[in-house]
Amino acid sequence: MNQITESSPAPDAPLPGGPLLEVRDLSCERDERVLFAGLSFVVDCGTVLQIAGSNGSGKTTLLRILCGLNDGYDGEIIWRGESTDDTAESFVGDLLYFGHRVGVNKILTPLENLRWSAGMQRTVNDQLLLDALAAVGLRGFEESPCYTLSAGQQQRVSLARLRLSPATLWVLDEPFTTLDVDAVAQLEQTLADHARQGGAVIVTTHHKLTMPSLSRLTLGMS
Amino acid sequence: MLSASVKPSTRSAFMLTLKRDLLIAFKRKNDIVNPFMFFVIVISLFPLAISPEGEKLAEIAAGVIWIAVLLSAMLSMDSLYRGDFEDGSLEILLLSPHPLFFLVLAKNIAHWLVSGFPVVIASPLLAYMLKLPSESYGTLMLTLLIGTPTLSLIGSIAVALTVGLGSRGLILAVITLPFSVPVLIFGTLAVQASASGLPAGGYLTLLLALLAGSLSLAPLTSAAALRISVS
Repeated sequence: MNQITESSPAPDAPLPGGPLLEVRDLSCERDERVLFAGLSFVVDCGTVLQIAGSNGSGKTTLLRILCGLNDGYDGEIIWRGESTDDTAESFVGDLLYFGHRVGVNKILTPLENLRWSAGMQRTVNDQLLLDALAAVGLRGFEESPCYTLSAGQQQRVSLARLRLSPATLWVLDEPFTTLDVDAVAQLEQTLADHARQGGAVIVTTHHKLTMPSLSRLTLGMS
Repeated sequence: MLSASVKPSTRSAFMLTLKRDLLIAFKRKNDIVNPFMFFVIVISLFPLAISPEGEKLAEIAAGVIWIAVLLSAMLSMDSLYRGDFEDGSLEILLLSPHPLFFLVLAKNIAHWLVSGFPVVIASPLLAYMLKLPSESYGTLMLTLLIGTPTLSLIGSIAVALTVGLGSRGLILAVITLPFSVPVLIFGTLAVQASASGLPAGGYLTLLLALLAGSLSLAPLTSAAALRISVS
């Protein structure tokens, strides 16, 4: 247990050196099966945390709990020195979640999708959106309906949000699944860059990640 | 450096969501056309099945139109959050740094604009078909103008609650219809009153009260229901 005794910092001035996100004694039970218990870890700015574990070990559930999408848990989640229950609004403003369901509407074009999904977090203009789509390799597909795109391309539409998001913490659930080799390398680079620039990433993947400042947490070992 | 960009105002998030939903609706025309066609077909069956006589039809016109409105509203509700739930956009909505109340309201307004508003516009034509006295057209349109958004707002709660369920079937109607009954009652009473030359103001006021109540409470409830549905 890496319990850290905390001397409650002032609300608006979190300790500059303190952890970005701290999880204390988290446990979750689902359908009378314990997914994980007594889970404690810290995510600092500038780090990438890979969450590993076999299928069904609770990786997705853990990520959804961290984001506040799932509240069936015991324990504490501390964001910049305060419980996420109290800081919900500033927390979600600084969070980007990428889930199994990628958040791409198939009727809309990539541009229209991104205009909404990225525009909820920051003000965007079309040039920014086009640049982001080009950066993830979707140049020429900006105006095609997403149902004409492959699964990997749809995933790229959602991953283009990473390039636009102002969020410090990225929570990514299996972002590599349908990507091709080049896109995987590019995404790894994006994650490493984000960490280098002071952001933090929590990512689940079965993929072997190689980047500096990577730590790994394996679920389902107990 | 990470927070260099500007967080959009809740107002612009509201407008973005409204525009997106309208865009989706116009691209997927079935969602607009089907409930509307259903509405027209149900109403046009009554003269065939009951009697083409003007007097008999005029008597039931208000009730028939309102029931058809209610049923077509049921039919259109399902698409409100289902697509967003299935493609994951709902999670983006829930994790946006804006009050969910306004985003849900934006979705409800978009839904009403494509499902409720056409019904309001078409209602005089169908009222003419059912031989409703022409002096009641105004009241009918007014009751629908106030009543259909109320139905959308109430239905939104039930859809939000059931969006995570695999097979919903009748449950949506079972949850929604009891709450829609007051709208149905005051709506038909207002039209009947005006058809027999009585003032309908009281009923309209009650309808307005229902709208005000659901406008302020339903999005909150829908938002809470959505949070439960995704967890």
